[in-house]
Amino acid sequence: MLEVASIKRGIVLDHISSGNGLKIFNKLMLDQVDFPVVLLMNVSSKDMKRKDIIKIENSIDIDLDFLGLIDQNITVNVIENNKIISKKKVSLPKKIKGLFSCHNPRCITNSDDYVKPTFHLVSETSMEYKCSYCEEITKYKL
Amino acid sequence: MNNHKIRHLIEPEDFTLEELNEVVALGKKMYEAPAEYKRACEGKILATLFYEPSTRTRFSFETAMLRLGGSIIGFSDANTSSVSKGESIADTIRCMSAYADIAVMRHPKEGAPKLASHYASIPIINGGDGGHQHPTQTLTDLLTIKMYKETIEGHTVAFCGDLKFGRTVHSLIRTLARYNTKKFILISPEELTLPDTLKRSLKQDFDVELQEARYIEDVISEIDILYMTRIQKERFFNEADYARLKDSYLLNQSKLSHAKKDMIVMHPLPRVNEIAYDVDDDPRGVYFKQAELGVYARMALITKLLGVDVSC
Repeated sequence: MLEVASIKRGIVLDHISSGNGLKIFNKLMLDQVDFPVVLLMNVSSKDMKRKDIIKIENSIDIDLDFLGLIDQNITVNVIENNKIISKKKVSLPKKIKGLFSCHNPRCITNSDDYVKPTFHLVSETSMEYKCSYCEEITKYKL
Repeated sequence: MNNHKIRHLIEPEDFTLEELNEVVALGKKMYEAPAEYKRACEGKILATLFYEPSTRTRFSFETAMLRLGGSIIGFSDANTSSVSKGESIADTIRCMSAYADIAVMRHPKEGAPKLASHYASIPIINGGDGGHQHPTQTLTDLLTIKMYKETIEGHTVAFCGDLKFGRTVHSLIRTLARYNTKKFILISPEELTLPDTLKRSLKQDFDVELQEARYIEDVISEIDILYMTRIQKERFFNEADYARLKDSYLLNQSKLSHAKKDMIVMHPLPRVNEIAYDVDDDPRGVYFKQAELGVYARMALITKLLGVDVSC
């Protein structure tokens, strides 16, 4: 079994669905930071059989909506002095602003820099979001 | 300054049914006695911000404001304004808020009037945004239905033509569903059917029956209100498809002979060839009266959004 030292202070993204770890690592641009980060892939898990884990040895702001959009299994553990001080389960966000663009090419959010695309969730099962401006449905895909 | 809270009309749902009824009732009163309202908006200025061409919507808004005693400013071609220099909607509307008391915007991009409303300190009216919504046409349509059918509720309504991109259809069908209309007949080519998202929300939210048909003659005998729309050539990928389909959705006296005697034929105009000229003389063809009523619906809307007292 591969062993990785625990972190003293920082964030652990646990229960990432196997295969999503690298995508999240890239989306968070963790390859460009100057503090220790670890990506573990295909780790054995009781509940998930296999999972990915990301350990970040620093306190950084992570957008939980963004994580929820990518993978609703993730648990965010905040570590201080080697102890977990908070544990948050992410979920699919009900409202989203600026995280992805509207699929409708005629939508104002695709042609005006002033406005950020804004959506609200209409179907959790198919991850469908309705645009607040043009009302077209966009299905989010990582 | 009065304490009137700023209201916008971006989509029909911005008004409750009571408010829609209020506008329709006021529009009817204004139609019957326009002179009584000729000073209702004296000193007020309407800005008409038309980023794409319009005949009826712009002129009817301008006529409405002039008949209320107000004034108008604006542009009818984005190339003649600072928009051509790349000015954002937010900047334009912030300035217009200082120049005018109320503004109507038509824009080819869907959601543009909503964006404008976020930066405006005056009421914004959506005068049509792409293929999305056209709420003031809906007010016009409701007033027309009220005038000719006495009630807005309880009719079998058919929409014919371009139901995919037809913004007048999208606004009206949603509103009639709120008025408890339980059955709609949708007549269009497969390429131009009502968007799935709209169909889904109509069924989920209002439990309406949507009957789809390919030809007018198959269903015309069932219809109380036939809402015709123009099939736009630019929506087709090739000329052959357009040529094949355009005549399928043509209403003429021959087809009309199978319709109910009290059916009405509506159209937001402009028409191209979807209503034959021989229908114009039939009393069931109310589309020119509909265009006329648009002025009074818009007069009523302007006074409502400006908070003007019209209890005369």
